[in-house]
Amino acid sequence: MDSLSALFAVLDATLRVSTPLILAAMAGLFSERSGIVDISLEGKMLASAFAAASIAALTGSAWLALLVGMLVGVALGLVHGFACITHRGNQVVSGLAINILASGLTVVLGIAWFSQGGQTPALSGDARFRPLHFPFEEAARDIPVAGQFYADVLSGHNILVYLALLLVAITWWVVYRTRFGLRLRAVGENPLAVDTAGLSVSGLRYAAVAICGALAGIAGAYLSTAQNASFVREMTAGQGYIALAALIFGKWRPVPALLACLMFGFLDAVAIRLQGVVLPGIGEVPVQLIQALPYVLTVVLLAGFIGRAVAPKAVGVPFVKER
Amino acid sequence: MKINTASVPLPAWLEVVVIPVLNIVLALVVAGFIMLAIGVDPIEATVIMVRGALGSDYAIGYTLYYTTNFIFTGLAVAVAFHASLFNIGGEGQAYIGGLGVTLVFLLLDRWLPAFMLIPIGIAAAALFGAAWAFIPGWLQAHRGSHVVITTIMFNFIAASLMVYLLVNVLIQPGQMSPESRQFDESAWLPFMHEFLALFGMDVTRTPLNLSLLLALVCCVGVWLYIWRTRWGYELRTAGQSEAAAVYAGIRPKTVIVSAMCVSGALAGLMAVNEIMGVHHRLIMNFTAGYGFTGIAVALMGRNHPIGIVMASLLFGVLYQGGAELAFDVPLITREMVVAVQGLIILFSGALALMLRPWVVRVWLLFRPPDTLEPAHA
Repeated sequence: MDSLSALFAVLDATLRVSTPLILAAMAGLFSERSGIVDISLEGKMLASAFAAASIAALTGSAWLALLVGMLVGVALGLVHGFACITHRGNQVVSGLAINILASGLTVVLGIAWFSQGGQTPALSGDARFRPLHFPFEEAARDIPVAGQFYADVLSGHNILVYLALLLVAITWWVVYRTRFGLRLRAVGENPLAVDTAGLSVSGLRYAAVAICGALAGIAGAYLSTAQNASFVREMTAGQGYIALAALIFGKWRPVPALLACLMFGFLDAVAIRLQGVVLPGIGEVPVQLIQALPYVLTVVLLAGFIGRAVAPKAVGVPFVKER
Repeated sequence: MKINTASVPLPAWLEVVVIPVLNIVLALVVAGFIMLAIGVDPIEATVIMVRGALGSDYAIGYTLYYTTNFIFTGLAVAVAFHASLFNIGGEGQAYIGGLGVTLVFLLLDRWLPAFMLIPIGIAAAALFGAAWAFIPGWLQAHRGSHVVITTIMFNFIAASLMVYLLVNVLIQPGQMSPESRQFDESAWLPFMHEFLALFGMDVTRTPLNLSLLLALVCCVGVWLYIWRTRWGYELRTAGQSEAAAVYAGIRPKTVIVSAMCVSGALAGLMAVNEIMGVHHRLIMNFTAGYGFTGIAVALMGRNHPIGIVMASLLFGVLYQGGAELAFDVPLITREMVVAVQGLIILFSGALALMLRPWVVRVWLLFRPPDTLEPAHA
C-alpha cells in the first residue's frame, strides 16, 4: 500500500472513531453552556448503547433503536437535571452517580435479558446502520488524490457519521444564531440576569440537559448499532471523558470542539495502526503513550500552557432564585 | 402557607442520622425494584447477601477485606472534601501507590528483613499516591485548573502508564500475563488468620490482612488531623471560605496542595491492602473501581471517620454479599453492586437534600414544644 492510501485509510478511520466523540462533545456543550457540569456523558452513552442494541436485537430496526437510545439519554439527562436543577445537588456527584449506575445496570440487565455475559445478540441487516456509498464512487477512484479522497475517506460511512457532522453545524447555528442559543449562553454566564429578564432559569437548563441526553443517546446508539454490531460491557471505554476533554480543548465552542474530536480521533486511529510497528530511529512506539495523549494534552491546556480554557462563568453553581 | 424549609434548623440527630439513613433506604428500595424487574425476589436476595457477608468467619473475613479498601479511599475523598476539593482521582492514586510498593520491593525485597520492608512499602504507597495527587493539586492552586477534570484525566493517564509499564518493563520475564514477579515472602503483610493464630485463635483463611489495622489507625489520624491540628483548622477554613482564610493569615494555595497530597497518600495506601497484603505482586487493574467507591463511602459517611467506617462496612457487606449472591442466583451478577453504588451516590450525594423539606414538615408537626424558637447551638 502506498503512503497516500495509508493516509486515507487513517483519515477514514479517524472519521469513524471521532463520530461518537463529536456527538458527545456537542451534547456536553449544550449542558455546560447552560451552566450544568456534565461528567455523565460516559454513562449516558453506555446506557443508550445498551438500550439501542437491545431494541435493535428485539425489533430488527436500527431507527427504532436510535430513537430508544435517544430516549434513554434524555431520561438520564432529566435525572441529572432533577438532581442538579430542582434539588441543587452537586453536579459532579450526580454525573458520577449516573456513570456508575450505567456501568452496573447495563451488565446486570444484559445478563438477565440475553445471558451472553453482558453482551447483546449480534446485529445484522436492517438492525444496523450500514455504510452509504456516494454516487460515482468507483469512477472517482480513478482520479488521483481528490477522487480517492472522495471515494475512500468521504464515502462509505453510515448515516450517523454524516449526521454528527451536520449536528455540529446545527449546534453552532442554535447556540450563536437563535434566541434560544442566546438565552442558553446567558444562563450559563449569568443566570441572575436571565431570571431578572423574566425567563425561567430552570426551564432553560432542563431543555439543555434534555438536548444533551438526546445527543449523547445518538452517540451511544452509534457505538452499538453502527460502529459495532452489538453491545459489549464497558464499550464506551472512556470515550465520554475524551469527549469532555475535547469540549474543554475546544473551549466550549462547537467548531473548535469538532477539531479537537477529530484530533483525538486521529490519534486513536494512528495508535491502532502503530501497534507493534517499529519506526526507524525511534523504535517501537508505545501505543499507550498515544492513547494517553488526549488526557495529557487536556491537562496541559487546563494548566494554561497552550491558550486559556475559560469555562462558562456559572458552570457548576446551582441557581437559587431569590425569594 | 408556603414555608422556606431550607432555613428551618433541625436537631443534629435528624440531620446526621435520620436523613442519611432515609437516603440509603431509598437507594436500596430502588435497587429492590430493579431486582424485581429482572425476576429476582429482593427479600430472598437480601437474606442471601447478609448471610454471605456475615454468616461465617470466612464471610466476615472477606467483608472486612473489602471494607479495608473502602476506608482508605473513603478517607482520601473526605480529606479533600473538607478543603472543598473533589478528588475523583483515588483510583489512579491507588494504582500509582501500587507502583511505588512494587518498585521498592523489586529492588529491596531480597536484601532487607520484614520489619524494615513493610514500613518502607507502606511509605512508598503513600508517597507515590501523594505524588500523583500533587500535580492536580498544584495545578489547581497555581494555575486554576479544575481539580475534578485533572484528576479524571490523571486516572486515565495512570491506567495507560501502568499498562505500558506492566507489558514492557515490570513483567516477569518468560511469562505471558502482564504481572510483576512475586515479592519475597519477607515483604508480605501478614494475613489476619496468621496473625490471630499467634494468639491461639483459629480463623478461616481469607484475604483479610493487617492493613485493616492500618486503616483504623488512619481513621484516628484523619480525625486528629482535621479537627485537632492547626493544619486541619486551616484546611477547613480554606474549604469554607477562601477570603476568610486569607484574612486569617492562611495561604489557600498551600492548603490546596497539602490537602491533595494527604488525600492521594490515603488513596495510595489502598495498595498496601491489595499489593502487600493479598496479591504480593503488581497486577493489572488491582484497584477494580474501589477508588470510585470511596466517593460513595465519603458521601454516605458525611466525611467523618466514624461515618466512613460504617459506610465502608456497608459496602464491604454489599461487595462480599453481592459476590455470594451472584454465585447463588444465576440471574444476578456482581455488577448489581456497582448499580447499587451508583444509586447510593445519587441519593446520598446528589439528592442528599431531596427529603429534607419533608422531614422538616414532619418535624414541625411533632417537635417538642420547648424548641419552638430556632435553636442557636
